[in-house]
Amino acid sequence: MGTPRVLWSITKKCFTVGVITLTVSDLFASIVPVRGASMSPTFNPKTNSLLDSLSDDRVLVEKLCLRNYKFSHGDVIVFSSPNNHKEKHVKRIVGLPGDWVGTIYDVVHIPEGHCWVEGDNSASSLDSRSFGPVPLGLVKGRVTHVLWPPHRVGTVDRKTSQNRVSSSSSASKF
Amino acid sequence: MRQWRIIAKEAMARASIIGKFLCLLHVTDAYILSSNHVLGPSMLPTLNITGDVVLVEHLSHRLGKLGSGDLVLVRSPLDPKKTLTKRIVAMEGDKVTFSLDPTRSHSSRSLVVPKGHVWIQGDNAYVSRDSRHFGPLPYGLIEGKAFMRVWPPSSFGLLGE
Repeated sequence: MGTPRVLWSITKKCFTVGVITLTVSDLFASIVPVRGASMSPTFNPKTNSLLDSLSDDRVLVEKLCLRNYKFSHGDVIVFSSPNNHKEKHVKRIVGLPGDWVGTIYDVVHIPEGHCWVEGDNSASSLDSRSFGPVPLGLVKGRVTHVLWPPHRVGTVDRKTSQNRVSSSSSASKF
Repeated sequence: MRQWRIIAKEAMARASIIGKFLCLLHVTDAYILSSNHVLGPSMLPTLNITGDVVLVEHLSHRLGKLGSGDLVLVRSPLDPKKTLTKRIVAMEGDKVTFSLDPTRSHSSRSLVVPKGHVWIQGDNAYVSRDSRHFGPLPYGLIEGKAFMRVWPPSSFGLLGE
């Protein structure tokens, strides 16, 4: 007798909650799981402890940085893969537009509007060394905190590798 | 004291309605339909140089239903804060032949569009900065498909070809 009305009210509530969650996760922050070991030991260090091997890390990704796309060296970002827009990768920014980044074979100039990303675990990371500089428009957020597992909760720090990157903003040492 | 509580409750209720409306507006604007002001000479004669307002739908590119000939809004690979409006000329896997400078028609190059990318060009090949200059565009930079023009009223209608 009141079931259609109850059903309708539940549907309305679910819809409202869904819309609000979508907006918050698009504009402010969201929580994403990190898969793979390309950012070890920052995420998914895969030590021998039981807790580490049970599940993937969950990190907090903030979206406020997408207002003016101002990133710094050492920021960990989430971005859509240039080769497959459905995949998202988590890597660290090593080079910003205008920088020169040294790889094994040569020195690459980062064009305007792009960045050079690398995983912390260089041995097993598919990053800019394979697919080149990433357009900043593909960036979906910046990782600020690790939220899971509980014993590794904390902020994600910036880590720069000054010896491989010559940036236009840092003073030249030559 | 009772008065303030009633006023506060009323204010919270009003604010929550406005908040919910803004969230709905964002979801519609980002995932369903939005209107965008596009200007510039790179899409003449399809779009005016002084600016048109077009309706952009955000469903096709998520469902993979884009094809060559579609007018798309993309985030510029040279400046992530800018959006460009161009036409898809080739999808991934297609071979595209283009000439950087149409006034010198005997210099042309071809390449195959790599996986996960599209090739976009402006209809006005002489002044458009597009894939001929910055290379194939990653599919993830596409924001939506422009399908209809609503301003100026004299050119109201579907955008095609």
